Amino acid sequence: MTRTMSRRTLIATGLSAAVGASGVGAALHLAGRNGLIPPDHHGLFGVGETLTYAAQRLVAGDLSLAREFTRSDISKVIPVNGPPPETGAYLRVLDNEFRDWRLTVDGLVARPRTFSLADLRGYPSHTQITHQACEEGWSFIAEWTGVRLSHVLDLIGVDPRARHVVFFPFDDFWESIDMADALHPQTFLAYGMNGSDLPLEHGAPLRLRVARQLGYKSIKYLARMTVTDSITRFGKGLGGANPEWGYSWWAGI
Amino acid sequence: MPRHGLVVRITHWLNALGTTALIVSGIAILLAHPRLYWGETGAVGGPSLIDLPIPFVFGHSGWGRYLHFLAAWVSVASGALYLVSGLATRHFSRDIVPSRSDLRSANLRRVIGDHLRLRVSELGSRDSYNALQRLTYASVVFLVGPVVLLSGLAFSPMLASGSPWLVGMFGGQQSARTIHFFAAAAVVLFLLAHILMVSLTGFTTRVRSMILGGRSHIAEGS
Repeated sequence: MTRTMSRRTLIATGLSAAVGASGVGAALHLAGRNGLIPPDHHGLFGVGETLTYAAQRLVAGDLSLAREFTRSDISKVIPVNGPPPETGAYLRVLDNEFRDWRLTVDGLVARPRTFSLADLRGYPSHTQITHQACEEGWSFIAEWTGVRLSHVLDLIGVDPRARHVVFFPFDDFWESIDMADALHPQTFLAYGMNGSDLPLEHGAPLRLRVARQLGYKSIKYLARMTVTDSITRFGKGLGGANPEWGYSWWAGI
Repeated sequence: MPRHGLVVRITHWLNALGTTALIVSGIAILLAHPRLYWGETGAVGGPSLIDLPIPFVFGHSGWGRYLHFLAAWVSVASGALYLVSGLATRHFSRDIVPSRSDLRSANLRRVIGDHLRLRVSELGSRDSYNALQRLTYASVVFLVGPVVLLSGLAFSPMLASGSPWLVGMFGGQQSARTIHFFAAAAVVLFLLAHILMVSLTGFTTRVRSMILGGRSHIAEGS
C-alpha cells in the first residue's frame, strides 16, 4: 500500500513539475515569437519580467487607452524628482530660451532631420489629462499638451524593421519604448503642462509622455531620438539607464 | 489516505516561497514611500491617509520590484493550481468551508475558548479543521488573497488602461495601493498566527506531514 502510494506520489510530482516547467517554457517561446521579450530578460528576474511584459501586452492590448480626467481632477501638488541638467549643452539652449534647441531624429527612418520647438508647435496639437505614478508610490494628475509621437514618426518615415524608439535627454536618463507604445495615440512629445509652457523642472523644452507606464519612462529634457531594430546596440543592451541601475525596462506595472 | 493531498503540499510550499518573497520585496518597495493615500492621487506636500511610522529609505525598490513581480507569478500560479484542484477534489467543501454546525454559537464559543486558553492537546488532536481554522483559511483563500492580487494589479498603469474597472472597484489607484497594504498586513498576521499554532501543536510532526503527506487518524482507524 505504502509503496504504491509513494510511487503514485512520485509520478504525480514528476508530472506536475513537467507540466509546470513546460508551461513556463511554452509561454516564453510564444513570447519570443511575438516580440514580447523585454531587453532585461536575463537571469531569474528576467523570467518574471518576460512573463509580466508579455502578459500585460496581451491582456491590456496595444490599443487600450489610459483613463483621461477632467480639469478639476488636476493635482494641486506635483512633486519634482531631481534638478534640471547642468551640462554645457543644456545651459546653452536654456540661455536663449530654447530658440537654438533642436530635436534630432535619426536611425531606421527614411528622412532623418531635426525639429525646432516652433516646428513641433506647428503640428496638430493634442491635450490629455492623465495620471502619472512614480515607481516609489506617489502620483499626480496633470494636463499635457504636445504633438503625438506617431505624427513625428509619420513625417520621418519609419522603416518596417523598426522595433524600438530610443530617447536621449540632456541628462543621463536615456530610455526606450517598443513600437506599440511609440505609435500609441497617448504617447506624446509634450511642450506644455497645465495650460502653460512645460516648466523647467518638468523637462523644458520637451519631454516624453508615455501614459500607460510609470513616470520614469516619461523622460524629460529631450535632445535626440533614434529608431532602431536592435535595442542591444545601446549602452549595456538593457534598453535604458533605469535597467542599468537595477529598475525594470518595462514600466507598465 | 494522507492528511494532506499532494497538490495541497506542493502548492503550500510554492506559496510559502512566493509569499515570503512578496513580503520581503513589498517592504523594500514600501520603504521608498511609506505614506498611504485615498483616492486617485497622492504625494508628499498633499494630504495623506496614514503616515506610517517608518523612515523613507531609497535605493531598494529596483530589486524589490523585480523580486515582487517574479514572486507574484509563483504565488499566482500555485494559487491557481490550488483553486482548481481544491474544487475538483472537493477539498474546499470537505475541509475548508465551515459547516452549519461549525458556525453554531455554542461551538464557536468553545473553539474560541480553546484557542484563547491555548488548550493545545484539544486543538492538536483533531483530524479535521475546527471552525476557527475553517473560517481563517476560507477568508485567506477566498477573500484576502484575491483582494491582495486585484488591488496590486489595479495600480499598474498598463492594466488600469486595459481594465479600468479594476481601479473603479477600489475607488482610485492610491486607494488600491492602501488596500493592498492592509490586505498584505492581514496576510502577515495570518502567517504569524499560523506559525504560532503549528509550533504549539507540534512543529516537526506538522511540517513533516505537510511535506510527506502524513497519516489521517480516520484512515488508520478504518
